[in-house]
Amino acid sequence: MNRQSDFPIFANNPGLHYLDSAATSQKPRSVIDAVSDFYETSNANPHRGAYALSVEATDRYDAARKRVAKFVGLADPDCLIFTRGTTESINLVATAYGRANLREGDEIVITALEHHANFVPWQQLAIEKKARLRICDLTIDHRIDLDCLSSLISAKTKIVAINHVSNALGTINPVKEIVRIARERSDAIVVCDGAQGVPHLEVGFDDLGVDFYAFSGHKMCGPMGIGAVLGIRSLLESMPPYQMGGDMIEFVYDESTTWNVLPHKFEAGTPNAANAVGLAAAADYLDGIGMSEVLRHERSLMTEAHKRLAEIEGIRIYGPEPSLRSGVVSFTMGDVHPHDLATILDGDGICIRAGHHCAQPLMRRLDVPATARASFYVYNDQSDIDALVEGVLKAKEIFGHAAV
Amino acid sequence: MLPSDRSAQISALYQEMILDHYRRPRNKGEIENPDETIVMKNPLCGDEITIQLRYEGDKVEDVGFVGRGCSISQASASMMTQLVKGKSADEVESLRSRFRDMVMGNDNEPDDKSLGSLRALSGVARFPARVKCALLAWNALEEGMKRRG
Repeated sequence: MNRQSDFPIFANNPGLHYLDSAATSQKPRSVIDAVSDFYETSNANPHRGAYALSVEATDRYDAARKRVAKFVGLADPDCLIFTRGTTESINLVATAYGRANLREGDEIVITALEHHANFVPWQQLAIEKKARLRICDLTIDHRIDLDCLSSLISAKTKIVAINHVSNALGTINPVKEIVRIARERSDAIVVCDGAQGVPHLEVGFDDLGVDFYAFSGHKMCGPMGIGAVLGIRSLLESMPPYQMGGDMIEFVYDESTTWNVLPHKFEAGTPNAANAVGLAAAADYLDGIGMSEVLRHERSLMTEAHKRLAEIEGIRIYGPEPSLRSGVVSFTMGDVHPHDLATILDGDGICIRAGHHCAQPLMRRLDVPATARASFYVYNDQSDIDALVEGVLKAKEIFGHAAV
Repeated sequence: MLPSDRSAQISALYQEMILDHYRRPRNKGEIENPDETIVMKNPLCGDEITIQLRYEGDKVEDVGFVGRGCSISQASASMMTQLVKGKSADEVESLRSRFRDMVMGNDNEPDDKSLGSLRALSGVARFPARVKCALLAWNALEEGMKRRG
């Protein structure tokens, strides 16, 4: 089924082969319209005005929260905090929860498969608190080594932070199993970076068992600049606020302040209501396809791309077998640098990501400075695979057969 | 833009000379008794280059580079080391400035013959995303010459 007609970007860029959805997805007309519609019909500052238009803006913002909470399997919408995206969500947890609860000598366990957004905040928190950051190694096929993880988690562990799906390789991680290991061996909270989870898998927060789950709207057909962190109510209530300002207060005295209830306590300032409405429209769009169909579609394209790329001499593909991945294929070709590959593909309208994918610790372990990454999503089809393979062969030709 | 134009630009970018310098970089490796060692990173891609310089009086006596990166950054570094060896600080600066203009597309004299083999990199001007790659080694060189004073 061709869904490109739902996405205006394709009509405006004929011949575009967009294979960089892991960086950001394209936006369907319904999402773009929902954002415009908010500004055109309901724009006012939510939670502020004692007038009908502000009440309407508030209602639409609240409805968006309920819709998105339902999409990610969270029964209590007040435990969904809107943020700018995954990065801000993880920083919120590292700052508000981490600073209040971490002590000298405590340990934070992360993995070598993390995006910098789920790496640097914990590394810096550990430095600040004189805690120890422990990095779980990977198996030979670049999955989280659960034996290593078990050996790192102990009574000293206060935070375990892992990604749901690797942005660099597409590896889908066994989050429930990781939660089980963490609970068995420690009282640590488990924080999950779901930036690449929510767009591709059916996520049920209440069922998953993690304490915090972060994701972005722009990778799931939603607008940029909106995302969320989901949290366990008792933890969110016991944490100090993340940012101070309007909306997050209950009462401001000269010498002190009391905090508003959830979710407002963590949403200082005017909220990004229009994009929250857009994110709810993205949830509608994806539910219209069905998340199991989203994964089936992208994985079937990725699996074929994997197979055809693997037949090319000199190609090396990273990560586990396709059945354990989302729609990502990450590869290198001989001594052709991924940036050169991306430039040559760009010449034929093929957009791939080349670089370290904000995962330099992983690249060091793969012993490459960079990889080329093609990521498939709901609007991709067979023609994108054909273009990718042809483009790679062309690059091989330009660089000469001695390249491998 | 017509796909054929883009294709011609790709061919112009990946000239034989660039691929040759990429495969067989000149002056790659550490030099003896360097006066300056400059490490320059491209945060966009994680590529890193180290340039080493040894001076004799006002002149660059020896220069070498270490690092890995794309064909553009490696070829640019390789050609640079060939061209600046034996040149005075003023000559190096003049070359650097004209090279920079060429890859940024600010070139008033696109056929500036004094750039010699560096003209093979003129195609970079059509690829704004790659200008940083071409300039990485030259930015390190600029820093080294600045430190020299």
